[in-house]
Amino acid sequence: MSGPNTEYDPVEVTPLQAAEVEAARDAALAAIAAAADLEQLKAVRLEHAGDRSALALANREIGALPPQARKEAGQRVGQARGAVNQALAARQAVLEVEHEERMLAEETVDVTLPTDRVPAGARHPLTTGAELIADIFVAMGWEIAEGPVMEAEWLNFDALNLGPDHPARTMQDTFWVAPADSGVVLRTQTSPVQARSMLTRTPPIYVACPGRVFRTDEYDATHSPVFHQVEGLAIDEGLTMAHLKGTLDHLVSSLFGEGISTRFRPSYFPFTEPSAEMDMVCFVCSGSTLDAEGTGPCRTCRGEGWIELGGCGVVNPRVLVACGVDPERYTGFAFGFGIDRMLMFRSGIDDLRAFWEGDVRFTTAFGSEL
Amino acid sequence: MKAPLSWIREHVDLPADLTTEQITDRLTALGLKLEAIESPGSEITGPLVVGRVLTQEPEPQKNGKTINWCTVDVGDANGTGEPQGIVCGAHNFGAGDLVVVVLPGGVLPGGFAISARKTYGHVSAGMICSAAELGISDDHDGIIVLPEGAGAPGDDARPLLGLDEEIIEFEINPDRAYALSIRGLAREAALGFDAPFRDPAARDVPAADDAGHPVVIDDPDGCPLFVARTVSGFDPTAPTPDWMVQRIVAAGMRPISLAVDVTNYVMLELGRPIHGYDADKVAGALRVRRAAAGERLTTLDGTERTLHPEDLVVCDDTGAIGLGGVMGGESTEISSSTTRVLVEAAHWDATSMFRTGKRQRISSEAGKRNERGVDPAITEAAADRVVELLVAHGGATAEPGVTVVGSVPARAAIEIDVDLPARVSGIAVDDATTVRHLEAVGCAVEVIGPRLRAVPPTWRPDLEDPFDLVEEVVRVVGYDQVPSVLPTPNAGRGLTRPQRLRRRIGRTLAAAGCVEVVSFPFVGDAALDALGLPADDARRATVPLANPMSSEEPGFTTTLLPGVLRQAGRNLSRGQAGVALFETGSVVVSSGPVKAPIYGVDRRPSEAELDALLAAVPAQPLHLAAVLAGEREPAGWWGPARTAGWSDALAIVRRLADELSVAVDIRPAALAPWHPGRCAEIVAVGGASPVVLGHAGELHPRVCAAHGLPARSAALELDLDALIAATPDVPPAPRFSTFPVAKEDVALVVADATPVADVEAALREGAGPLLESVRLFDVYRGEQIGAGRRSLAFALRFRAPDRTLTDEETTAARTAAVALAAERTGAEQRA
Repeated sequence: MSGPNTEYDPVEVTPLQAAEVEAARDAALAAIAAAADLEQLKAVRLEHAGDRSALALANREIGALPPQARKEAGQRVGQARGAVNQALAARQAVLEVEHEERMLAEETVDVTLPTDRVPAGARHPLTTGAELIADIFVAMGWEIAEGPVMEAEWLNFDALNLGPDHPARTMQDTFWVAPADSGVVLRTQTSPVQARSMLTRTPPIYVACPGRVFRTDEYDATHSPVFHQVEGLAIDEGLTMAHLKGTLDHLVSSLFGEGISTRFRPSYFPFTEPSAEMDMVCFVCSGSTLDAEGTGPCRTCRGEGWIELGGCGVVNPRVLVACGVDPERYTGFAFGFGIDRMLMFRSGIDDLRAFWEGDVRFTTAFGSEL
Repeated sequence: MKAPLSWIREHVDLPADLTTEQITDRLTALGLKLEAIESPGSEITGPLVVGRVLTQEPEPQKNGKTINWCTVDVGDANGTGEPQGIVCGAHNFGAGDLVVVVLPGGVLPGGFAISARKTYGHVSAGMICSAAELGISDDHDGIIVLPEGAGAPGDDARPLLGLDEEIIEFEINPDRAYALSIRGLAREAALGFDAPFRDPAARDVPAADDAGHPVVIDDPDGCPLFVARTVSGFDPTAPTPDWMVQRIVAAGMRPISLAVDVTNYVMLELGRPIHGYDADKVAGALRVRRAAAGERLTTLDGTERTLHPEDLVVCDDTGAIGLGGVMGGESTEISSSTTRVLVEAAHWDATSMFRTGKRQRISSEAGKRNERGVDPAITEAAADRVVELLVAHGGATAEPGVTVVGSVPARAAIEIDVDLPARVSGIAVDDATTVRHLEAVGCAVEVIGPRLRAVPPTWRPDLEDPFDLVEEVVRVVGYDQVPSVLPTPNAGRGLTRPQRLRRRIGRTLAAAGCVEVVSFPFVGDAALDALGLPADDARRATVPLANPMSSEEPGFTTTLLPGVLRQAGRNLSRGQAGVALFETGSVVVSSGPVKAPIYGVDRRPSEAELDALLAAVPAQPLHLAAVLAGEREPAGWWGPARTAGWSDALAIVRRLADELSVAVDIRPAALAPWHPGRCAEIVAVGGASPVVLGHAGELHPRVCAAHGLPARSAALELDLDALIAATPDVPPAPRFSTFPVAKEDVALVVADATPVADVEAALREGAGPLLESVRLFDVYRGEQIGAGRRSLAFALRFRAPDRTLTDEETTAARTAAVALAAERTGAEQRA
């Protein structure tokens, strides 16, 4: 290692002269400012701040100066190099932003291009509708019970107080599994699930049974041989018609909105006594009977103010006996209504057959509503 | 039940200011369901008056018709008092007759406006009306001629024709048979408005004697009571009075002849069906018995029927002359020459009536009442009422004998806790109210401490059980009084696992772009043929229905594919370029004849009985079917359209298996309706033994063609119950290493027929526990490989749980993997 070059006359070391340093600095600053992009700035950095740049060389000369001169020269060169590096960094930042902006601009795409590469699927409104109803019951603490669509005649009829000669059997035209005395039918109602629930569970029982049912109806805009019902059954100590009404009021207000309630009209079903038809306040006119303009009758309820929902009542003690529930200790209530029909009202579906035709334009339209 | 309101009001003193709507609302609240309120005259506006024909001049016309040029006195109704000139085409009237005239300015049903107009050389100022023109009946036979004294010229004709009537129609529930009569409707109205009721059946009837037509009841269970009366000197040509015709028509029945009309009228009035025989055609005593097997009878409708041993018949010395309570026989039918009428009023066993009506396919007004239950206590009154009307309007004389055989069955009392109605309804009904309301519906009530004994009235055969009394009390109190109380059940357990998983399956399919459909689960040979199912395919074993919707589809379906394929075809025919559909539903494969027991209902079936019952119901697994046809991805700026194919069906299966954490094997298979070279069997392998879940792949070209689907359409059908059963209860959390991964690629050449799955399985097994994953990333065919062979490129990833693998370890595992693949599948590592 050599010692300081004490022979060297600092005054004579040109690169360290103030003018030279300043010139080198200015040249560098000018070049930095002139750099148009990151590539040029890279070249500028090499030329003006690289190992072989004027300021780097000058810096290397400092060591050769006599100690008394080093400080001043060091300060001069250091300040110049600092200014250059600062300018480089600043310019770098500016150019990087510019570069990014340019790149992003260049990468612009037309986001309005269609992206429906795999067309949307959808679940059927009868499925999602039944789930919606099931969820309301589950939220009340009920459970969802199920049973087969091909059902024992005894469970579909006899156990529900529809004996072989009961006139009500003619009210429900039944699909019979051959031979006609097979004792098996396509269930005409979801009520056999009630019977199954009572036969296989221990009270208290709170179950809702959505499902597919069959009757030998003609197939037209308002009838179908296959349709869907949901049935509710509660068996507990001390249940009354008031609990039935409370449950139905909660159900319809959950489905159709606050303020929608039900009313009962006396009716007849073999499996309930007392029996009632249940109507709900028309959810379109809120019972006003008028259309939106207030000039004509409401089209949804045909000016009735009420919409027929289905049948209900107190479980006939004969049904409890046949299903092994002690009628002295327990009472129960049951109700049932058509899911298809309710959805037709709710969504303004004019023709029941739309459910069955499978046109994807129909099914996909329900989206997330249900 | 249809009835003119005025007829009901005859028997109940309702406040005069009650509107029809108030009355029907109240009756609806009591349990009679209003169907309609008709006012037949409401379509007729303007002057409709009584006229007297002054002159009638027949004028033959060139077209061969003869018209009548009439002058008619219409009083002051035309404003002038002058006779009205009217052209009339009918001929069933003459000068001096009272007729019904609509004057110019009037409008008849159908918007038919009447004006003075020139016709046949006269100015015809109005019209002489027929019943059909007024919308009263279908009778076009001629114009209405009013009986003398019915009214004066110029009087409003509406009340005379019953056109000012309101007719109310109720749907009567099976338990309220008593309401199938004016008597019952009036009684309900009296109950509803707490108004005085005048019972039309309350009449003094002559005492029974032995002088009447002899009657023998062989079967008192089937016919507990039989009343026979006879009238003679009956004029078979006597017309039925207009008021009676109007009421019969208003009730929805057809007037036929006086004798028949009277029996129908009394049935409408009292609810008791009556049968009239031509007494001269009856040979000897009437006898009620069950039919002999194979016995034959020609009924009034002209049908010759073969009787069943359970059918109740009325016989005379010649044999059966009527199906008791259901329909009379032809041989003793009242005709235009009948002068003696034998009147039968009998009480019949409702169940027998129902069975006979069903068996013989007879649905009649009489049968409807008899099979639901008629008040037995009015049997004599009903017969007497018929006699009265035949005497009054048919010129007949009542013969002195009165035959009454049998008696009114006694009613059992029903006992309840007095507070039962309150306890069941949730309405605060006090004991006195309960008693009052039960008495109001006709029960004889006795309160003994906390208990109540009620004997139901004879007209209420439906009241049998304690809860029947509850309904009576609650309906009178009002169903609108039931408060609304939300029950508070014990906490539930939410949806069951299968319920949750079914929802998830549906969402998975929808997320994969499939649209759910529903189909009728009926199937026939045509649909199964279209699937190309061989004769011995299990899916040919449908459970047949005794009464299918269509003879073309007589069975319950064994597969969901016909439905989804049909709906896919429909969507494509409606212009969709591609469609992906799915359906979930039950299918039933027959396992032999179906026979389920029928038990009594007086107790719960025993466990063994219940097991037998549930086992007799055919198994109904829930299936999932999906079809992908046409474009799976449409053409777009990203490139050309991609047509659905076998791999789309399998992609859905794999996605589903992943979603449910079910390990499945995909194995080549050949099953209709799939392409035999492009069909996969899906097997769940996570459980103790493998379970076939179903099949997926490309449809056979002939199946595509048969369903109007494009070539390469794909489908799948899975047993969802089996799929759900294969899901692990609680999937264990994965444990994974964070040490570096070592990646190795291998290319293996195998014969085309060697399934990738086999090669992959061998690699997996051979590589051992260090293998983290293996994935096929390329398939190559080419000259270098050789014909009938392909090169499979797999990416292997190795990782150890506790250390960074060395090169040696990785290479050893890779070598072992390739070696086993070579051994098992003949795979050669590609250089």
